[in-house]
Amino acid sequence: MRNVWAVAANTFREAVRDRVLYNLVFFALLMIGAAVLVGQISIGIEQSVIVSLGLTAISVIGIFIAIFIGVGLVSKEMDKRTLYALLAKPLERWQFLAGKFVGLAMTLAVNTGAMTVGLYLALWSVKHPLTSNDWYLLAAVYLILLKLVLIVALAMLFSCFTSPFLAILFTAGIYVAGLFAGELRTMQAVDLSPSAMAVFRGVSYLLPNFENFNVMGVVAHARPVPLALVWQGTLYAAVYSLVVLVGAAMVFSRRNLK
Amino acid sequence: MKRNPIRGLLLALVVVAGLGCVWQLQKRIDGIQKATATQADNLTIRSGRLLKYMSLEYSPLVAAMYWTRAVQYYGEKHRLHDSNLELLWPLLDVTTTIDPHLLPAYRFGAIFLGQKKPAGAGEPERAIELLQRGIRENPGEWRLYQDLGNLYYLDLRDYAKASTAFAEGSKNPQSYVWMKIMAAKIAAEGESPETSYFLWQQIYETSKDPAIKKNAEEHLILLTATLDMKAIDQAAEQFERQSGRRAARIGELVEAGFLRSVPKDPEGYPYVLGESGKAELNLKSPLLEKMLLAK
Amino acid sequence: MPQPAIEIEGLSKEYPHGFLNLKKRKSLEDLTMQVEPGEVFGFLGPNGAGKSTTIKLLMRLIFPTSGAARILGKSIDDVSVHQQVGYLPEQPYFYDYLTAAEVLDYFARFHRLTAADRHARVQAVLKKVGLETAKKIQLRKYSKGMLQRVGLAQAILHDPEVVVLDEPMSGLDPLGRREVRDIILELKKQGRTVLFSTHILADAEMLCDRVGVIVGGKLRGVGTPGEMVGIQAQGMEILFEAGTTGKPCPMLEKATKTGERYRVQLPEAELYMCLDELKAAGARILSVTQIKPTLEEFFMNLVDADRAQANAVEVSGK
Repeated sequence: MRNVWAVAANTFREAVRDRVLYNLVFFALLMIGAAVLVGQISIGIEQSVIVSLGLTAISVIGIFIAIFIGVGLVSKEMDKRTLYALLAKPLERWQFLAGKFVGLAMTLAVNTGAMTVGLYLALWSVKHPLTSNDWYLLAAVYLILLKLVLIVALAMLFSCFTSPFLAILFTAGIYVAGLFAGELRTMQAVDLSPSAMAVFRGVSYLLPNFENFNVMGVVAHARPVPLALVWQGTLYAAVYSLVVLVGAAMVFSRRNLK
Repeated sequence: MKRNPIRGLLLALVVVAGLGCVWQLQKRIDGIQKATATQADNLTIRSGRLLKYMSLEYSPLVAAMYWTRAVQYYGEKHRLHDSNLELLWPLLDVTTTIDPHLLPAYRFGAIFLGQKKPAGAGEPERAIELLQRGIRENPGEWRLYQDLGNLYYLDLRDYAKASTAFAEGSKNPQSYVWMKIMAAKIAAEGESPETSYFLWQQIYETSKDPAIKKNAEEHLILLTATLDMKAIDQAAEQFERQSGRRAARIGELVEAGFLRSVPKDPEGYPYVLGESGKAELNLKSPLLEKMLLAK
Repeated sequence: MPQPAIEIEGLSKEYPHGFLNLKKRKSLEDLTMQVEPGEVFGFLGPNGAGKSTTIKLLMRLIFPTSGAARILGKSIDDVSVHQQVGYLPEQPYFYDYLTAAEVLDYFARFHRLTAADRHARVQAVLKKVGLETAKKIQLRKYSKGMLQRVGLAQAILHDPEVVVLDEPMSGLDPLGRREVRDIILELKKQGRTVLFSTHILADAEMLCDRVGVIVGGKLRGVGTPGEMVGIQAQGMEILFEAGTTGKPCPMLEKATKTGERYRVQLPEAELYMCLDELKAAGARILSVTQIKPTLEEFFMNLVDADRAQANAVEVSGK
């Protein structure tokens, strides 16, 4: 596992030195600051606006990072051929993937953490002291982080067998599709055959159900987040990511470079 | 080497001048737009469901945006004394479809959809629809029952339903104590200025929305006048019983000791006694017009 | 007989190409050869001949269509083989945002070294490739030659038994090439096995114990450098300046003149006769060299022969 950790640490170091990330985080903090202003023109819902705008910023920026950098994790190394020397080391290909994944997950955790601090500051500025329900915001952010990690896994899977552009498209597509998985399950369409319905149901279970990680509506109205959601969300993200990464490793292990 | 500073300066001047032109042009364009504007406000997508889908997982934020728009819309119309509030319902409908838990939207809708023009949109049925959705989606929110009760009582004058609404709300242990009392009172006597005053006062005190507060305040002023005149009428009756004739001026009531002093309406104008012997607003009082409009 | 350091048996690589990937392009066909331990083996061939393909197959960067290979007795499928192998890729490129020292340290982490050991080796190898002064500069600012040196450094950092270099001289100035040659010779002295690919004959001649020539995806022959290309020497060439004695010299007519110098070519058998003549004429001999076909000519002949054969095959409909 030292190999995995070495790759992860290097991936994290690369992210830290990549100024684009700082710009994005700064932008997100700006959005959160703007939320305070916006809150003042929305009567009666300042807290709701700050929380939803803040969480939206964290989520959207995080998704951008997860998709674009997630796809780049593998494809950039393949394009630039840095991978050649690396894979000639006593390093298994799956260890390389795992290390990249962990490195980006750590980066996302740090970024998300920084933005969350900004969000709490914004919230505190309009509503001090914070009530006990406000700490559920952490649960919301944690769930967003789980979602981002899963997206990274998907991005890596796609980038192992298609071009970067297509990988980005597919990952974004699966994200949107996954948001509607729940709808697909409960869909009541009159003119569909039972077998078609069964297929849709099956697909709805297999797609990553990203709504599992969305508690913005709850937290925006200062309501508590059930802890069961947090545990089960963690489990779901862990298992699904594992499945995706195993798939990626299988594809990548047989891939001819260049 | 020598040309560079001069060239740089010239280019900088061009940029500054250009920006100045752009600024002026924008002012002109704004002017033209204002002149030709027919206040073409539009809500292109009215389907709340569609918008909810389009907002992916960010519905609370999108709902907040539409809510803000609804508030701005009402404020702008009110400022321009434009009584056409046809977009208010669609905006509130969309807002509450995208986020059914955005409570301020229900209260706002209850008040400003329900009231007659120009203060409101004059669509009380819509207001009821809105509140019923709110109650359905937020079962624990007893304040929505308060809003429903207010709506039935103040705008629809359906006292039976008003009473029922207050009664329902009072079942929640966290609700105001007065809701139960009010339910009974309305069931028994229907409309009374005291009840109306009380309800509007509740609205005024519990809302943070400046538009709602202002609106409530206006109603309270009119109701104060109504209550004042009722008190004067009572004093006049007592005078008539005692002296056997009707008082000709309020001054007589004061002299006879039934009133401490000549009462003034909230705008500061003293009440007068009309030809029928009932209290009336002073002809110079601005409340007169408002009272007539409200009827 | 000690076990070969590198054994390749029937290694082939086909790439699908063309419409719907139906056609197959053979970039390597049935390669069988060995590299003995401790020898410096040069892989010679024109661009696109299959040298890089072979090396990438050995390093498991691409997978063979058929055939097998072993390094130090272990199958190349076994990733632990890489503990003892160093590899320099063609036109290496490393992480822009890292310094040379950081890149080497990163790569070194995959080998079983203690932290102190790793640090020491990184410093030593940086010195050896002449990058000690530049070690704290980010690689984005490195020239191609400097990157090549970093590549070489990471290949030898862990003191491997076998070193595989893909075009190690490319992008280097003469000084750099000399340094690489020195490093290869030093490796040889230490008893390491070196396999490197190149299309520069002079390098191969100077460094290699044996040479394998590969053209058009096929191995054309293995032997010492002299054996491979020297056999078909086409004669001798004499470079001289005109004599001062004034005696007539028939050689002058046959010679081409450049400035004050004359150059004449003649079959080897006539060499001494001509030299006597020039000596009698008092000419000043500058050099006597063997005329060898260039590697390019050698390769071109092979390529032409390949093409002729391919045409014949097509015509006959096979």
